[in-house]
Amino acid sequence: MSDLAWIDAALTSARPQALGALLRYFRDLDRAEEAFQEACLRALKHWPQNGPPRDPAAWLILVGRNAALDEVRRRSSEEPLPADELMSDQGDAETALAERLDSSHYRDDVLRLLFICCHPDLPATQQIALALRIVSGLSVKEIARAFLVSESAMEQRITRAKRRIAAADVPYETPGAVERAERLAAVAAMLYLLFNEGYSASGGDAHIRVPLCEEAIRLARLLLRLFPSEPEIMGLAALLLLQHARAPARLDAEGDIVLLEDQNRGLWDRKMIAEGLVLVEKGLRHRRPGPYQVQAAIAAVHARAARPEDTDWVEIDQLYAVLETLQPSPVVTLNRAVAVAKVRGPAVALAMIEPLAERLSGYFHFFGVKGALLMQIGRIEEARVAFDRAIALANTAAEAAHIRLHLDRLIKDSAAPGSPDLLRRGAGHQGAL
Amino acid sequence: MQYAILCYHDEADVGALTNEEDDALMAELAVVRQQLKHKLGPVARLMPTTAATTLRAGAEPLVIDGPFAETKEQLLGFYVIDCATLEEAIEAARLLMKPRMAAGLMSALEIRPISVFHPGRGGT
Repeated sequence: MSDLAWIDAALTSARPQALGALLRYFRDLDRAEEAFQEACLRALKHWPQNGPPRDPAAWLILVGRNAALDEVRRRSSEEPLPADELMSDQGDAETALAERLDSSHYRDDVLRLLFICCHPDLPATQQIALALRIVSGLSVKEIARAFLVSESAMEQRITRAKRRIAAADVPYETPGAVERAERLAAVAAMLYLLFNEGYSASGGDAHIRVPLCEEAIRLARLLLRLFPSEPEIMGLAALLLLQHARAPARLDAEGDIVLLEDQNRGLWDRKMIAEGLVLVEKGLRHRRPGPYQVQAAIAAVHARAARPEDTDWVEIDQLYAVLETLQPSPVVTLNRAVAVAKVRGPAVALAMIEPLAERLSGYFHFFGVKGALLMQIGRIEEARVAFDRAIALANTAAEAAHIRLHLDRLIKDSAAPGSPDLLRRGAGHQGAL
Repeated sequence: MQYAILCYHDEADVGALTNEEDDALMAELAVVRQQLKHKLGPVARLMPTTAATTLRAGAEPLVIDGPFAETKEQLLGFYVIDCATLEEAIEAARLLMKPRMAAGLMSALEIRPISVFHPGRGGT
């Protein structure tokens, strides 16, 4: 075994807790990051000889804090603290001390670390980039690659975002129940953005960026470990797992989008689905439904259907109706229309989405769904106009190619409008891709 | 004597494995299981503790989200194995440890003698 493999894994998983605690001590992100960096360097030096400490995060917190204090003391020529070699023997005393120092706080430490990335002034992409840098510890280069921008552009973006949060009031006090709930909601929203950035890339050639999805899942699981009784966090984790389980089937060999109904369900990741279904069930027991739980429940209906025709569209329609009341939005209504088309026919669905036209005039999926519904009821010319608009609004090459497929088919089938094959296609809602 | 080999890991480390790394680990472990097939009984991999629910005794038993105990490492799986001696069971655990270490997991494998074992018929 290489030392590096386990040390790297231990440092990555200890990072949020250790950095979060150091941030609480120093109340300064740069200093906390420097202290953590120093602690990691010392870990690389000592752990290969001494073996892993019993609690890597506690070790990093103590060593990082001492290193920083040492620096202060050295400057003021006071007595140095004991050498950190002493910390690396797995003495229970140190572990107990570290636990007393931290276990009462560390949930809130990690939450704070995530929360400072969610500053409302920061645009979504900067929130995500910052979280990947600070919480996940990815290098600027890795993040730049994930976002398909140059390293220097990403460096600038992150520096700007950091300056912004440094100027903002970072909440260091232990939060009350209401604040904690607010922070959790903000962090959950940010993780969902992070996932979506990977799930449906906002630009470029790659339609799915698996590492971003996996990182979002890792952080959602972390959040759930810290707050194990929060049904919405269960819902979030379940939603991400259930969506990501379909990743292997969502694109074909050419990188083109495969619709839910056409996906090879044998490629779906059963392990992730099983875990997602458990979390949906656990969340439901609390009887405190929220948007993530409902969306996860919708994804669960898809995951449970062995074949597309087994999908319980009535239940999906009902779940979207619940979501519309919890979180009214034209996009939710648009998604519901896809289910309504299955249950009550395309004409009803079309009537449902027509009032959304103004608010969704810049939304790719709106025109994708609209075109498909028009096609199904044989209004071919209008369908073509809608698809043209969708192509103009496509975010990725795969999205554009997918709509072009519809158009090609439309041209081919124009002799036989409304052919039955078209009835199954066109679902552009989130669950369908 | 039958032994349970209980697998403790930091589940954050296990959760951080990529699919490829996890597949590679599972493939390595399949080889070891093959080596041990004449003594090996049921084997289980457990979902993360976030999937766990705990029932606590009381006048009205309480249903709690999460695992029984919050610990640094979590019980994430177990093997049942039939060995003549403790030495032999430790040797089997050594084989099972290797792929885990290669995957960067600092695991602990607890070897616990079994006093009663009903293989049952449920499960797959």
